[in-house]
Amino acid sequence: MKILVPVKRVIDYNVKVRVKADGSGVDLANVKMSMNPFDEIAVEEAIRLKEKGVATEVVVVSIGVKQAQETLRTALAMGADRAILVEAADDVHTDIEPLAVAKILAKIVGEEQPQLVIAGKQAIDNDMNATGQMLSALLGWSQATFASELSVEGDAATVTREVDGGLQTIKVRLPAIVTVDLRLNEPRYASLPNIMKAKKKPLDVKTAADLGVDVAPRLTVVKTAEPAARAAGEMVGSVDELVAKLKEKGLV
Amino acid sequence: MAVLLLAEVTGGELQLDATAKAMTAAAKLGEVTVLCAGASAAAAGEAAATLAGASKVLVAEDASLGHRLAEDTAQLIASLAESYDHILAPATTDAKNILPRVAALLDVMVISDVSAVIDADTFERPVYAGNAVQTVKSGDAKKVATIRTTGFEAAGTQAACAVETVAVPGATGLSDWVEDRLAASDRPDLTSAKIVVSGGRGLGSEESFAIIGALADKLGAAVGASRAAVDSGYAPNDWQVGQTGKVVAPELYIACGISGAIQHLAGMKDSKVIVAINKDEEAPIFQIADYGLVADLFEAVPALTEKL
Ligand SMILES: Cc1cc2nc3c(=O)[nH]c(=O)nc-3n(C[C@H](O)[C@H](O)[C@H](O)COP(=O)(O)OP(=O)(O)OC[C@H]3O[C@@H](n4cnc5c(N)ncnc54)[C@H](O)[C@@H]3O)c2cc1C
Ligand SMILES: Nc1ncnc2c1ncn2[C@@H]1O[C@H](COP(=O)(O)O)[C@@H](O)[C@H]1O
Repeated sequence: MKILVPVKRVIDYNVKVRVKADGSGVDLANVKMSMNPFDEIAVEEAIRLKEKGVATEVVVVSIGVKQAQETLRTALAMGADRAILVEAADDVHTDIEPLAVAKILAKIVGEEQPQLVIAGKQAIDNDMNATGQMLSALLGWSQATFASELSVEGDAATVTREVDGGLQTIKVRLPAIVTVDLRLNEPRYASLPNIMKAKKKPLDVKTAADLGVDVAPRLTVVKTAEPAARAAGEMVGSVDELVAKLKEKGLV
Repeated sequence: MAVLLLAEVTGGELQLDATAKAMTAAAKLGEVTVLCAGASAAAAGEAAATLAGASKVLVAEDASLGHRLAEDTAQLIASLAESYDHILAPATTDAKNILPRVAALLDVMVISDVSAVIDADTFERPVYAGNAVQTVKSGDAKKVATIRTTGFEAAGTQAACAVETVAVPGATGLSDWVEDRLAASDRPDLTSAKIVVSGGRGLGSEESFAIIGALADKLGAAVGASRAAVDSGYAPNDWQVGQTGKVVAPELYIACGISGAIQHLAGMKDSKVIVAINKDEEAPIFQIADYGLVADLFEAVPALTEKL
């Protein structure tokens, strides 16, 4: 069984985001970029399935600027077998929308014929939480989002999902799309020898145009602004003082 | 403009708070039809009919909709889509599972977590864990969006509008429900509670987390947690507040032993009043707290419970 894992290059989750003064977006020039944290978990899960003998090959794919090659190399260093870069933008500030990403992924799925696609639940830049669900719709496949446990047996996967009320377990028929939540696993670090080996692993480059997908955005970003700032607070010296403040405000 | 609002229905029951808040966003856009879907949804439909702003309620009942699996629910919504310009739902895990699928079936983009409605095509939504707010204008013929409920007041009530039943397309058979492990609790719901008491890694263990519960019970509050507390097994996953957990905006949020990482702040910084109790005076949570107390939580939290 082949597994496809889409990985997105995003601003590193530790970086303090700076909104550009002219409202045109977030400053991404010279900022540390990394693999979307959820996608690291997706790659890890795919590799574990391969180590267990459930999967035979793990293919990672990234859509965006050519620098996304670095993200793919990271996934290869973790243990993925092969990578595909789909160039769809020149400017690092151009974000390809989930619908277009899903259409590109649907084409790649057509070529690669995986039985399972494991994606992140959400990209931490646009916070859309949509691509996996959209891909699943385009392919007419089953979907299991927000997975915190995954097991594959025969032609089905059993997935425990993190939902508002607690946990839900469902069984999806393969081929399927699974999107992963934070508690599925702890991704491994790539070792130095594996980083060296990853340089020799195959990385194919295509373009969105090659695949015949129009990536023009459906949503125009009119403005990007800083969120409303909170007024400065005060420090209290004791529990008694805190209780007094809360009572004064009528909060307790 | 005609709006279809997917009501939040769990186990046949209408989740009033989430649905009523999404209704306020929907009512800004036009005439609202509410869809209640489930294995049983008639009672939810009756309840939804009395939500101010509803002009009609559609009830879709079928075993395949029982656990609101995305494939069957999305297929149902897509089958109704032709009559509507907007398709909305409160941004719950159910709707986040379903609506992007609906959008792709209709070949439109989904607009996730809308925090403000500017006009029929233009919406605000937080990005980068709430570190930026984007205004987006949709060029799609239909708008499919999930509504961040903390951005809207709950709609009131009205005399019941008409309720109709709708046909459900055949089941897709793509997924089967196996089981739900839902936490039963007497405490108020985290996303609609007036007061939330949250604990972080500073609690150190599941047993110590009980002091958070005790304070919450004294205040009639809901309990929340940081991701670190959930990952460490001190608290269940449905308590997680943050970028990837629940978004809350209570009157009072009390953060105990939580450092204040941006991913946590994303879920609570719109609370009216924030109290932080942390032994580290440098903890970033103090930068957004209205009242900060530098103290050992194992002393301060029980003392607070006693004195309130
Ligand atoms: C993709 C992604 C998504 C994430 N999503 C979320 C999310 O949704 N929600 C979330 O919360 N996090 C999320 N995180 C994690 C986040 O980055 C932080 O790691 C997490 O919030 C830290 O939790 P914490 O504050 O409890 O722990 P820590 O950062 O370890 O802080 C513990 C605090 O407790 C204090 N403390 C310790 N002992 C005591 C004591 N005895 N008395 C008083 N204070 C004490 C310490 O001073 C410290 O400030 C996410 C991370 C990533 C990468
Ligand atoms: N440009 C992209 N390239 C590769 N994978 C992506 C891209 N955008 C989204 N994804 C995948 O879809 C998931 C959800 O992203 P989103 O729907 O944008 O929140 C991510 O975690 C990735 O697995």
